[in-house]
Amino acid sequence: MPRLAVTRREFMRISAALGGGLLIGIQLDNRARADAADAATAAAADGMFTPNVWLTITPDDVVSIRVASSEMGQGVMTALPMLIAEELDADWDTVRAEFAPINPAYANPIFGRQQTGGSTAIRGYWHTLREAGAVGREVLLTAAAQTWGVAVESCHAERGQVSHGNSGRSLRYGALARRAAGLPVPESVFLKEPSQFTLLGRAMPRLDIPAKVDGSAGFGSDVKLPGLLTATVARCPVFGGSVGKVNDKRARSVAGVRKVVVISSGIAVVADHFWAARQGREALEIDWNPGPAARLDSATITARLAERADSGTVGRNDGDAERALASANRRLEAVYEVPYLAHACMEPMNCTADVRTDSCDIWVATQAQTSVHQTAMRLTGLPADKVRVHTTYLGGGFGRRGEQDFVIDAIETSRAVGAPVKVLWTREDDIQHDFYRPATYNRLAAALDKQGMPVAWRHRIAGPSISQRDATARETSGSDFSATEGALNLPYAIPNILVSYARVNSAVPVGYWRSVASSQNAFITECFLDEVAAAGGKDPYALRRALLGEQARLRAVLDLAAAKADWGSPAAAGRFRGIAVAESFRSYVAQVAEVSIAGGQPRVHRVVCAIDCGMTVNPDTIAAQMESAIVFGLTAALKGEISIADGRVVQSNFHDYPLLGFDECPDIEVYIVPSEADPGGVGEPGTPPIAPAVANAVFAATGNPVRRLPIRL
Amino acid sequence: MIRLLVNDQEHELTADPAMPLLWVLRDLLGLTGTKYGCGISLCGACTVLADGEPVRSCTTPLSKVSGKKITTIEGLPKDRSHPVQQAWIEEQVPQCGYCQSGQILSAVALLARKPRPSDADVDQAMSGVLCRCGTYPRIRRAIRRAASIAEKDA
Repeated sequence: MPRLAVTRREFMRISAALGGGLLIGIQLDNRARADAADAATAAAADGMFTPNVWLTITPDDVVSIRVASSEMGQGVMTALPMLIAEELDADWDTVRAEFAPINPAYANPIFGRQQTGGSTAIRGYWHTLREAGAVGREVLLTAAAQTWGVAVESCHAERGQVSHGNSGRSLRYGALARRAAGLPVPESVFLKEPSQFTLLGRAMPRLDIPAKVDGSAGFGSDVKLPGLLTATVARCPVFGGSVGKVNDKRARSVAGVRKVVVISSGIAVVADHFWAARQGREALEIDWNPGPAARLDSATITARLAERADSGTVGRNDGDAERALASANRRLEAVYEVPYLAHACMEPMNCTADVRTDSCDIWVATQAQTSVHQTAMRLTGLPADKVRVHTTYLGGGFGRRGEQDFVIDAIETSRAVGAPVKVLWTREDDIQHDFYRPATYNRLAAALDKQGMPVAWRHRIAGPSISQRDATARETSGSDFSATEGALNLPYAIPNILVSYARVNSAVPVGYWRSVASSQNAFITECFLDEVAAAGGKDPYALRRALLGEQARLRAVLDLAAAKADWGSPAAAGRFRGIAVAESFRSYVAQVAEVSIAGGQPRVHRVVCAIDCGMTVNPDTIAAQMESAIVFGLTAALKGEISIADGRVVQSNFHDYPLLGFDECPDIEVYIVPSEADPGGVGEPGTPPIAPAVANAVFAATGNPVRRLPIRL
Repeated sequence: MIRLLVNDQEHELTADPAMPLLWVLRDLLGLTGTKYGCGISLCGACTVLADGEPVRSCTTPLSKVSGKKITTIEGLPKDRSHPVQQAWIEEQVPQCGYCQSGQILSAVALLARKPRPSDADVDQAMSGVLCRCGTYPRIRRAIRRAASIAEKDA
């Protein structure tokens, strides 16, 4: 039976589109405003007039659907429209997707902000969009029934048309749109049961792909405007440093350079095109004030982390781990470390702004429209309705594009020169001025009983906090998700577990990086578990299986991956397998990596991945995201390291911050566990298990545990 | 005045002969399908074809390509009917899409030279073009598919 959903009538709105179409959207009322995430967003709602539309049906049968999440490769531009189209019973061939403008109405319900991250797009909009589609279907059915003078119950919607059972009459949605637009929002609508889905769960070709094979997809750096100038910014290489003395005489004389202006992040050279701007920047003579971080280096940071590791705040304390460790039959200890990592989106950071006295337009590849809007309001003093944010395609995001630094660059530069300006970062800027995945230091200890089973587990984490990256106080939360996710929720049935976290911030900026703390904690916990298995004489798969008794979903993906990878039988000569599991973003993933060692380097030949992400929307996108997350995680496992010397990042481009290449990519097989559970995340959960799966295979090959990344033999 | 032939269109430019072709294409001609990724020939996002050969436009000065036939992603059929474009759609290759112009043109050049490339040929042709989204497995499949589409078309 379909489920009856009570429509939130105060949110839904039906109205006429230009030219006799149907609009279904959201009416933002006082309650919605009160619900808005924060005062600034609520204020933004006031003077703003935007139709707040989710979908529009025009007389030519085209269904235009607005996508409020940012498309950065993860497929939301197809998956979110599928949610609406499913309940609308739309003809998928007539569906068009477009980016939503800035408006509180488009906020992801999980964040209360228009923001893409945390693998939340499908989870966040799951009900909202299906309900909008169902409202559409309902009013189209009513419109058809009224047209024919028959009962609604005798009408049937399918593939973009309503037909009447007895008479065989039918009308396309486009022809019903005008009448439907005059109808009230139904008090309740039926939402389909999964068994009734015709679109969800089917591999649909992505709507954004055609534009991505002919060069027409518009990224942030591709924005074209009349009179647009291009700028690049010289930044102090030392974190926290500032501009001292500048001689810009030679820079100004470079052909094509228009202006040189000081902004908060450094010195912007503004020119007719990027080449001139870059030459002008190289011609600048700058004395930087390096500031207090001038002597900071990686060794100092590690020493500070090590010093604080034992003084963290406890975030989880099951049983009595200290006592169990003290009286252990056998005790195991290890230190695990991970480095800072850059996001290295293929499209370097950039933003285009046109700041005028009475308006501000921003074109940007962003994961955080609400933040961009607030940033622009704060910097320009303009009211909400005078600031417009135009989202473009994102050339990679991975968390980096939720930040505001490049937005501030563009707003300040445009305002300073009184013209529309595109600020484009160089790759060197991008690598050296990122918000890095935190480097962490971890002390692990485990106690084993006589049967070789773990009876105590202690994990002491020291590292910077992303969620409290500006905090200077020593007070730490033991459950700071941005540092403890993936460690705090250790899924294994071990009676005594202690996890603590010491926040140690430094001048190195840190940020959200695909799968956040799970990216390092899965490596640390899953590799230490293999050490425990080895010490206890257990098979790594069998030990996990035994310890995941209560964790049915994790155990199921573990079993599936092990079976598909043929775990039970030996690998080919010279090949070694490693296994790892992780739950993150409400999804469950297991991976088996098959690795050989040649010339002192691990080579990953094959990865088998099993995922349970609940109900599936677009299975081919799930497979693609697993492939993507695995390759992303392989770069981190095998190559990624940002190091600090003299207060600055040592690496600068792909020669010293290399990415996994085409010829290094393993065969990847993805298996999706059928499920009717609520949808989980998909963009990130594939990353956490890959580093430990590979490292555990290397451990199997060499007998030496891998305790730091990237893997160096 | 420098003459440049891009996608069968002749352009006469007054520009610094040292200006990299990438910025000529993007900022002077408005052909933004070619992307900036690293600026030093390490990532391949800026790959275009010069007389059918893949070149890194970010380090190719304008003076070096005057008189050569330049093909950018915009020079492939508008209806996306090139076997490589068809295969890219059928295999659902792109994710964020930013590197794909360089990937596609590298594949176009490979298949023009070797209509039935071996795995080693594909590795050699494609290894210099980085993809942060990890579309490599699909690229490999798509190149095989493009080769068979082209064979059928021939």
